Amino acid sequence: MALNEKNIKDIAHLARLKIEENEVVESLTDFSSILSMINEMQTVDTENIPPLANPHEQIQRLRKDAVTESNDRDNLLKLAPKTTDGLFLVPKVID
Amino acid sequence: MIEKTVVELASALSTGSVSSVELTRAFIDRITTIDTQLNAYITVDEQEALKQAKEADEARARGAHSPFLGVPIAHKDLFCTQGTKTTCGSKMLQNFVSPYDATVVARLKDSGAVTLGKTNCDEFAMGSSNENSFFGPAYNPWGKNRVPGGSSGGSASAVAADLCAIATGTDTGGSIRQPASFCGVTGLKPTYGRVSRWGMVAYASSLDVGGPLAKTAHDAAVMLNAIAGHDPKDSTSVAVSTEDYTQSLDAPLTNLRIGLPRQYFSQDLDPRVAAIIQETARNLENLGATLVDIDLEKSTLSLPAYYVIAPAEASTNLSRYDGVRYGYRCEDPLDLEDMYTRSRTEGFGNEVKRRIMIGTYALSAGYYDAYYKKAQRIRRLIKQDFSKAFENVDAILSPTSPFTAFELGAKKDPVSMYLEDIYTLGVNLAGIPGISIPAGFINGLPIGAQLVASDFREGLLLNIAHQYQQNSDWHKQKPSMPMGV
Repeated sequence: MALNEKNIKDIAHLARLKIEENEVVESLTDFSSILSMINEMQTVDTENIPPLANPHEQIQRLRKDAVTESNDRDNLLKLAPKTTDGLFLVPKVID
Repeated sequence: MIEKTVVELASALSTGSVSSVELTRAFIDRITTIDTQLNAYITVDEQEALKQAKEADEARARGAHSPFLGVPIAHKDLFCTQGTKTTCGSKMLQNFVSPYDATVVARLKDSGAVTLGKTNCDEFAMGSSNENSFFGPAYNPWGKNRVPGGSSGGSASAVAADLCAIATGTDTGGSIRQPASFCGVTGLKPTYGRVSRWGMVAYASSLDVGGPLAKTAHDAAVMLNAIAGHDPKDSTSVAVSTEDYTQSLDAPLTNLRIGLPRQYFSQDLDPRVAAIIQETARNLENLGATLVDIDLEKSTLSLPAYYVIAPAEASTNLSRYDGVRYGYRCEDPLDLEDMYTRSRTEGFGNEVKRRIMIGTYALSAGYYDAYYKKAQRIRRLIKQDFSKAFENVDAILSPTSPFTAFELGAKKDPVSMYLEDIYTLGVNLAGIPGISIPAGFINGLPIGAQLVASDFREGLLLNIAHQYQQNSDWHKQKPSMPMGV
């Protein structure tokens, strides 16, 4: 499962990150050494071992479907880089 | 007065020998003179701190009492604080001011604590040296040009240098315990779910937990009393009842069995570190505990399992930083895609990007079973390893970190940095509690001993740590300040 430079750029794109051309080689080196450390896992037989997602094997608790939050729109919009008329503003998506 | 513990300060405040305003002023003066060297704080909110101190003094005059009333503390800059910036050590949140307080922050406020400011940390808690902070590294007061550890490096440095009485930290793979070891303070990682994660900015949600960095185990118990307990706002916080963690501190250690994992004391371990931990074990034996050699056969697998699970969860959690609702947005985006990509590329530092990419890869189509599912299966093996050990012992003793504080820039490749946390990662994967206590010095630099117990036995860990501290003075050593950095 050796990776190449194109794989690195593709992974970056999936994460919406950009790797500059002059960073690709170093990024590939780091990535490969981390993956080779991670691949130590593959030497262990885990055939009948179920995955553990939560350390207490807790399942997601649900709360009552009741309104608990107050309308805090103005305060929350103050945090946004750009807003207009009570909405978040982003670059045009559809012409 | 600033060198005193929370317990001592609370007593001085209640007898009226000092006011909270005087105390807060003294800490701020200390920060002003010393923190130019340590960079332990990202934000100090002097006006807000003095206002809270005045309110605490007024409340006391009206007859109020609470464990933290008027005691100046600091929060890792990963906890949301209403009205004061919460940066997570990132350019992404450089100007972010949370509209609410984290539950940990709110509970400490309710207990009367005065917040001095927000401490430095590795960006989004990803790192073991505090070098990954957008606001520059924090320094260790114990040695010139030494890292304080990470990711809660600023909190550890601030407690060690008396820049606050106690501080909060967060621990995903060792981020409270390793800096506690490096800076000679006491750091407690509670059981997963024991402390609410609400308002604690997420790194890896099935591993993250908040806890204290303190001058003593007794102080850590006082803080745990304030912050522990179920929170309806965090669906992963557990509904297991809490206890008064100061009640069991004085229990004798007789009848306790303490395990020493053979795998941790291999030939690879620095003999000076091994000698210090063996000495700690003998001291605990002298206090009545029985030492038992144990096996944690799967312990070496915690490193690869952690570096799949934590980055996978991080890649998901950090997808929220898209430049739309809050946080950094790039200048003049060409279109939506360009805005997402450039905001994230410009807003995140290298280690954060690296972990997001590892996590993205591990979760991507075709690799999910081989990496993420596999790591979760190994996580179960690691949990089983600890459960088996706890059938025979009450607690496990080991080094916290294989090394003392290293020099800035000493660890260049990521895997050598990840190896810093070899003794702490498994504890997070298992979800169990752990504590690091000062256990000695190597060439003038502190080294910590880690004690680990089964789920919800923080009381036992604090008991052992307190008894050890009643019979040792490593935790009372102070770095000579100011020093040249």
